Amino acid sequence: MYRPSAVPWSPGAPLGQHLEERGVSRRDFLTFCTEMCAVLGVAQTMIPRVAQALQDIRRPSVIWLQLQECTGCVESVLRTAEPTIGDLVLDVVSLDYNHTLMAGAGHAVEQALQDAMNANKGKYVLVVTGSVPLSEGGIYTMIGGRTAETILREAAAGAAAVVAVGACAHFGSVQSARPNPTGAVGVRDIVKDKPVLVVAGCPPIGDVVTASLVHYLTFGRLPEADSEGRPLFAYGKRIHDQCPRRAHFDAGQYVEVFDDEAARKGWCLYQVGCKGPATFSPCPIFQWNTRTSWPIGAGHPCIGCTERNFWDTMSPFYGRLPGVSGFGIEQKVDAIGAGLAAGALAGIAVHATATVYHQIKRRKATGELPEEASHG
Amino acid sequence: MASVKVVVDPITRIEGHLRIEVQADNGKIANAWASATQFRGIELVMQGRDPRDAWAFTQRICGVCTAVHAIASCRAVEDALGITIPANANIIRNLVHGMQYVQDHVIHFYHLHALDWVDVVSALKADPAAAARLAQSLSPWPNNGEAQLRDVQQRVSKFVASGQLGIFTNGYWGHPAYKLPPEVNLLAVSHYLEALDWQRDVIRLHAIFGGKNPHPNFLVGGMASAINLESTATINAERLTDIADMIKRARRFVEEVYWPDLVAIAGFYKDWGAIGGGVPNFLACGEFPDADVRDLKSLYFPRGIILNRDLSTVHEYDHQKVTEEIHSSWYEYAEAGAALHPWKGETKPKYTGPQPPWSYLQDQQKYSWMKAPRYEGKPMQVGPLARMLVAYAAKHPDVQEMVNATLGTLKVPATALFSTLGRTAARGIETVLIARQMQHWFDQLVERIKNGDTATFTKDKWEPSSWPASAEGYGYLDAPRGALGHWVQISNGQVSRYQCVVPSTWNCSPRDAQGQMGPYESALTDAHPLVDPERPIEILRTIHSFDPCLACGVHVIDATGQTLSEVRIQ
Ligand code: SF4
Repeated sequence: MYRPSAVPWSPGAPLGQHLEERGVSRRDFLTFCTEMCAVLGVAQTMIPRVAQALQDIRRPSVIWLQLQECTGCVESVLRTAEPTIGDLVLDVVSLDYNHTLMAGAGHAVEQALQDAMNANKGKYVLVVTGSVPLSEGGIYTMIGGRTAETILREAAAGAAAVVAVGACAHFGSVQSARPNPTGAVGVRDIVKDKPVLVVAGCPPIGDVVTASLVHYLTFGRLPEADSEGRPLFAYGKRIHDQCPRRAHFDAGQYVEVFDDEAARKGWCLYQVGCKGPATFSPCPIFQWNTRTSWPIGAGHPCIGCTERNFWDTMSPFYGRLPGVSGFGIEQKVDAIGAGLAAGALAGIAVHATATVYHQIKRRKATGELPEEASHG
Repeated sequence: MASVKVVVDPITRIEGHLRIEVQADNGKIANAWASATQFRGIELVMQGRDPRDAWAFTQRICGVCTAVHAIASCRAVEDALGITIPANANIIRNLVHGMQYVQDHVIHFYHLHALDWVDVVSALKADPAAAARLAQSLSPWPNNGEAQLRDVQQRVSKFVASGQLGIFTNGYWGHPAYKLPPEVNLLAVSHYLEALDWQRDVIRLHAIFGGKNPHPNFLVGGMASAINLESTATINAERLTDIADMIKRARRFVEEVYWPDLVAIAGFYKDWGAIGGGVPNFLACGEFPDADVRDLKSLYFPRGIILNRDLSTVHEYDHQKVTEEIHSSWYEYAEAGAALHPWKGETKPKYTGPQPPWSYLQDQQKYSWMKAPRYEGKPMQVGPLARMLVAYAAKHPDVQEMVNATLGTLKVPATALFSTLGRTAARGIETVLIARQMQHWFDQLVERIKNGDTATFTKDKWEPSSWPASAEGYGYLDAPRGALGHWVQISNGQVSRYQCVVPSTWNCSPRDAQGQMGPYESALTDAHPLVDPERPIEILRTIHSFDPCLACGVHVIDATGQTLSEVRIQ
């Protein structure tokens, strides 16, 4: 994602000029804006405004904290998809702090962190991966002799916006699963005085992180989110309602056991544990690894990794949804999905997004998606 | 210079949170402490789970080594339940794990390790024409032309001029330890950028078989990706062609970019062939079974132990001889001072360090969340160097040929293997070998499909009703960073105990009760320079040569005090 020696963005120069210097044509740029609008669920009439806003933005400082985590989220962002101009939008930020990539170490980078926070006070975007372990005064994650909680509070105080990336920053993820040995919590449990966008998933798709940042850079505010803090443009729909295998679900055509005849035909994975009906995620549309595939596309049921506490509420992963703890045995799959939808969206004015409508249309036209796939 | 205390925390360009403290005298490191400062407790979370879910939980130990814990976990559960996976599934796992090696090692070299040797700022002084001539003498790679290199140089120059250095802020540019001519620096910077695009492409193999990367999906009993040449929703001819092309592109980059760069750069740093050797014992658990995982003779990288740098004998590896101690670790055992086999492992976290914020840990007896694994009481190095040494000593023809050729090209003695440079070179050697071996596995898979075998999953023991009341299993896997073991106990259909001993636990181990240092610490005190304590680039060189993965290394074992059934070693 971050390609520092790509033609750098000089301080003060608008993005439009910078892109030109990098050999990006006006046409490519508008195509990119159109795609981003589709992804973000912004009306087509807005494209000129998005293009103008994007052209005028200046290279903002991004500070990326890695707390109690596995680095999978950083790796995911390293795999962001084509068009490479998508990468560009990430690389044109000034990534002033990130453990995985920084050249210096020790106090040299801690100094860089302090300098970036001071120089851009109130203006930088804070990206956080990893949870915050609160037990025993925070001694389960310490960097430079300080606890994750101290570091997060300090960095959040001067941030213009906070983006919590991944399931750990969302709710604590695997280390917070029963019995949560270190008292791990998510970013929103610590940062309460400003909005925190949650790019959910274990890890999230790198392109969703990119698109969220594009939204912020374009409109100067975080995108609309559900009660979990997840941007509606990506997490507004259940996997089940966007799934190419949905026609098989509706027709009662199920994989009964892995590698059976149904599996070899690509039928629905509900009976082998698919959590798609209870999971809000853009996987079927964005797909993974430059749109190569996605979990259900590769024959494995969804494990619900964009949902809070999925390690406890969605497991056993191969158990059928009604048997999942937290749901009544008798409840039907659609009722569960609807219940979750209502819960996740409670209190939120439904965002008028034609989420990924254009992509769905395109994919339907090429036969990748059955007609039912766009029903929400 | 008098003795100084130096702290490097955070160590960057690694996975996880690592702190290094050293004492340096007159430009040499006299003493060192490696401290893991994060603890997550995932094995504790495993208690009471469905063993078929274990791969997903343990996979989240690490998002860099993203396939390795999942495969080790599946193998452990399959071992416990007596499951033999179909041959196709074994081949697919080899392909997935093999691509993990290749992609991960290249990322490590360019994005995590290179900046220890490559001065980005010096690349500005290069003559692009001379750099292109040099590059073309090393490799036929098409992107090494003068125009391309000039382009890269201009980008770097504008970037530096911008004053916003981002991730390059406060790097150790201009440090006298940087020895490369500007032209080599420029070439390396150019490939740093190319490797970013390359890694994103070749790892798509994981998405085809596992749906995504990081954290692709696996399945106890095989793989979930069904094969059907007549369907668009499965592994079909189109998918196989895509994979074949990825394998070719992966190999080409390794042979024409990574390996020539590594050898060229190593040529300027031969003195590092006598620095940072450290612990003289090496352990490889073996990897890439050609047939069933239990058939150790079919492993591409053999299993074994080297003691005291003696390559005349490969000792047998017996996992019963592995123990873990906590003399210097923030845990307590029921029996103080015990050295416990993983099957008997306990983990009760007990932090006794100073309350944060604190300045030093080196005056503490206990100073890390990492335990101290020992083999017959000895610390061991694991990883590419251990694997290459074991294979070399076992007369593995491919490894012998590559190692001998490399020593010849660099004109260094065999003792140079036992060093910081040796670890970095061994990683490159095995990457070349695996990049080539990928084609063999791919051909195997295609041949089987041609012959009508498309099975990817064994369903016999899928249902818990077919399981014994209690069972236990061991899953080994020699991961990119070294020997990994998962141990599982299952009772009444649930995980009753889960245990991992992980590469970075071996390498980042703290001192044991005998005062024996772990490999990081020992390497940092083995003829090791530190010229400028303010800019500790030499420490980064040696630590990065191990490719640390701290999230993997820190693990917690059963802390519930439950009485568990007696363990049978298989
Ligand atoms: S249950 Fe899963 S596989 Fe089936 S249609 Fe829904 S999301 Fe797709």
